[in-house]
Amino acid sequence: MTDYNFAYLDEDTKRMIRRAILKALAVPGYQVPFASREMPMPYGWGTGGVQVSAAILTPEDVMKVIDQGADDTTNAVSIRRFFEKTAGVATTTRTAEATVIQTRHRIPETPLREGQVLVYQVPIPEPLRFLEPRETETRRMHALEDYGLMHVKLYEDIARHGRIATSYAYPVKVEGRYVMDPSPIPKFDNPRLKSEAIQLFGAGREQRIYALPPHCRVESLDFEDHPFEASKADHPCALCGATGSYLDEVITDDAGGRMFVCSDTDFCATRRGEAA
Amino acid sequence: MTPLLEVRGLTKSYGRSLGCAEVSFDLWPGEVMGIVGESGSGKSTLLNCLAGLLEPDAGEVIFDTRADGPRDVLRMGEPERRWLARTDWAFVRQNPRDGLRMGVSAGANVGERLMAVGARHYGDIRARATDWLRRVEIDPARIDDRPRTFSGGMQQRLQIARNLVTGPRLVFMDEPTGGLDVSVQARLLDLLRGLVRDMGLSAVVVTHDLAVVRLLAHRIMVMKDGRVVEEGLTDQVLDDPRHPYTQLLVSSVLQV
Repeated sequence: MTDYNFAYLDEDTKRMIRRAILKALAVPGYQVPFASREMPMPYGWGTGGVQVSAAILTPEDVMKVIDQGADDTTNAVSIRRFFEKTAGVATTTRTAEATVIQTRHRIPETPLREGQVLVYQVPIPEPLRFLEPRETETRRMHALEDYGLMHVKLYEDIARHGRIATSYAYPVKVEGRYVMDPSPIPKFDNPRLKSEAIQLFGAGREQRIYALPPHCRVESLDFEDHPFEASKADHPCALCGATGSYLDEVITDDAGGRMFVCSDTDFCATRRGEAA
Repeated sequence: MTPLLEVRGLTKSYGRSLGCAEVSFDLWPGEVMGIVGESGSGKSTLLNCLAGLLEPDAGEVIFDTRADGPRDVLRMGEPERRWLARTDWAFVRQNPRDGLRMGVSAGANVGERLMAVGARHYGDIRARATDWLRRVEIDPARIDDRPRTFSGGMQQRLQIARNLVTGPRLVFMDEPTGGLDVSVQARLLDLLRGLVRDMGLSAVVVTHDLAVVRLLAHRIMVMKDGRVVEEGLTDQVLDDPRHPYTQLLVSSVLQV
């Protein structure tokens, strides 16, 4: 531990990031610019999430890192090791025991409670980006609540596919004010953005931090005659039998064999442990 | 009766060069005003100042709003001005590519303004888009096609539909027939004339084509070097031009 400052970042950087986080919590859904640092990993691997986690970690924290719901994939394992090495904090795979959970593309199945912090890795924080490429213009649109364009995208979905085909990074409106990209979580997770835990979003390359304070009102955008639907594969989990969890489709052979299993490995393992 | 638009002493310069100077006029409900003049005479600068796209150096643009009566749009906040721009105002550009969203379907282009003012029923939005495509003589079967697959004339008509769908009261048009061949121009003018009459629209039409103002405008203003040199009823000005520049302009039209 003498080789690193606690949690890797220097104290001035942590202060700068904490200020951005406080501002983000004060204005839910608003993207706060921050001076993102170079991290010892490539952009797109969670540099934003790692910086946010580093800024909020304390020596007493217990950390969990997931990637697409799993604790054992490359991204999750390497970030967990990174914090074991640079902050010396305890780590866990159990959602209920963790105080800080860094995630990529999922919200854990086990409901989060007060006192926990969920940190998202965000690739593209701007929900209007693919419709309006100019940053100056999108910032102005947020300032003026000029969000007609967001529905143009959903309209196009229905016109082309007969339904809203956006299935991840589904745009939400926060506290009736800011339209926000919830990071590429499946839209199955959207209703669970309203949570008891603090949710922080860090985009390293795009240099933005935004947040959802606990119990914040989060509505998924939709049309009256095409309401939002939190969809998932219509199967039970092949391992634990859960019917209400989000599933990954796993190809098992080259003859069309496949199985559906919980994407949240901790949730699935816990259920199987209880069943056994 | 109050004028729909009152313009007083509007002046805009680009550094040393003058855009337009001390332009004043009233536009009454249901009236179409033509602004003519050669390239560089300040027509487009004037139009952009009126529509709030450019900030003039001096002057007032007073619009008779539905809610609060006459208000100076230059002193409004930007949220309010944007709201006006997508409800009571419309802006038809010379190049439809500037006024359309080329990446989304025709239906979404027409529906965008509806969604921007709060329409959230897909079926209704689509029905109104279909209706408007029909009104501008575009086959409703092409509602899901992108504008880039449309001809120039169709794109221009689509742009008109997209602008008129929220039932605006004031339309700004910048060379609406520019770049179209003459038979397409004639159909477009015919369509515009019908829409202006049926919807009781007021319009400010900027053009260098005297035939366009002859057909569309009730009154015209002739601009030269940023200033208005002559103003009056269309037929009066075109048949009996007073100012030497207007005389030159009228006599320059080719007779076939």
